[in-house]
Amino acid sequence: MAEQVGTWWIWKVFWILLVITGVEVILGIIKPEFMLMPYLGTSILNIVFIVLTLVKAGYIVQVFMHVKYEKKALKYALYLPSLILIPYLTFILLTEGTYLFT
Amino acid sequence: MASTAEMMKEENNWKGGSRPLGARYGKLMMWFFLLSDALTFSGFLTAYGLMRFKYESTWPIAENVFTHFPGLEGDQPLLYVALMTFILIMSSVTMVLAVNAGEKMNRKAVTNWMLWTIVGGFIFVGSQAWEWYHFIIGDSGAIETSRQEILHIYNADGERLSFSQLVHGMEEGHASNHGEIFSKSEVLTSLKSNMEYYLKEPGKEGESFTHQQSVVFLESGDIVQGANMIRNEYGRKQFANFFFFITGFHGFHVFSGVIINFIIFYNVLLGTYEKRGHYRMVEKVGLYWHFVDLVWVFVFTFFYLV
Repeated sequence: MAEQVGTWWIWKVFWILLVITGVEVILGIIKPEFMLMPYLGTSILNIVFIVLTLVKAGYIVQVFMHVKYEKKALKYALYLPSLILIPYLTFILLTEGTYLFT
Repeated sequence: MASTAEMMKEENNWKGGSRPLGARYGKLMMWFFLLSDALTFSGFLTAYGLMRFKYESTWPIAENVFTHFPGLEGDQPLLYVALMTFILIMSSVTMVLAVNAGEKMNRKAVTNWMLWTIVGGFIFVGSQAWEWYHFIIGDSGAIETSRQEILHIYNADGERLSFSQLVHGMEEGHASNHGEIFSKSEVLTSLKSNMEYYLKEPGKEGESFTHQQSVVFLESGDIVQGANMIRNEYGRKQFANFFFFITGFHGFHVFSGVIINFIIFYNVLLGTYEKRGHYRMVEKVGLYWHFVDLVWVFVFTFFYLV
């Protein structure tokens, strides 16, 4: 259960999420020239988008969904399957996908 | 030899006395459902990525597809979807506030915040309907070749033309067709008479064709306006299919979330949880609601931004 007092911590996360989304939208509209350079099979801009998205996801799961305050065992039960299976699936599809229809 | 206390503890473990995960079963079940749902959505999104990498040259660029904003003219890329994201984040915040008030047994505050969450959910579903409507009606129109490839019309300055601009001329026509239906012969006649107009593939680094080739493509092909599961004017057929499927599946989650939230809200009004002595049900639907927000964060990035 919550150890926090008041509701300021909820609004703090709200502002963080709002600012990150705002930055993403602004970057998506202006698309700065230097960020369009190819990097890791995509562009720097896309890497920035993905990192910002993971930060947002982290705040939602950790704070809004309370995982930060759960027992270690529950944290592992939730994080391990998702952090192993999802990157694995992504890796397999994006690398093996190159051979599709060849 | 084990002490009596240890033996008692051992016995308790087998009777379910210990709680290794420190959470009640209802919450655990919700979590495991969400975990499996997360894997489902990641399957959809990675499949989307696979198809997109495969068809890079004919895959539409999202910011050229979703350009409408209610009450505003012209191209407004990302604005509308940013607003939708804001609405969903906001309703996630009101949900946390409801859960928080529930822990303090503050029925009035739970009622208030649950109501706001439901309102936010409704606005989101409505916004999605609005976006689907514009996606299905279409915008500029396109040409489909006999090999089911989608091509867009461009002028000598490299500006994309709508059917309206092509047929009625640059001054008279609009950048969007505004629901006007065109026939193949109209489009073909106008394309033939404007020697500098040509066709181009929709994706990044898409191939351009000469005017003569373009006329041949249209003569042997057809025109496309709007989108359905078989063809769409934006580009590769799979784009619309994934759009309908992923945002549809997510929208269905939001819709069920609104209904579940409403049931819980109704129970709060009846005082069910007050009698029960705890608001754990609010916490459980709260988890589901945050998950819907979490998925949208990823859909927003991989469908609209990247």
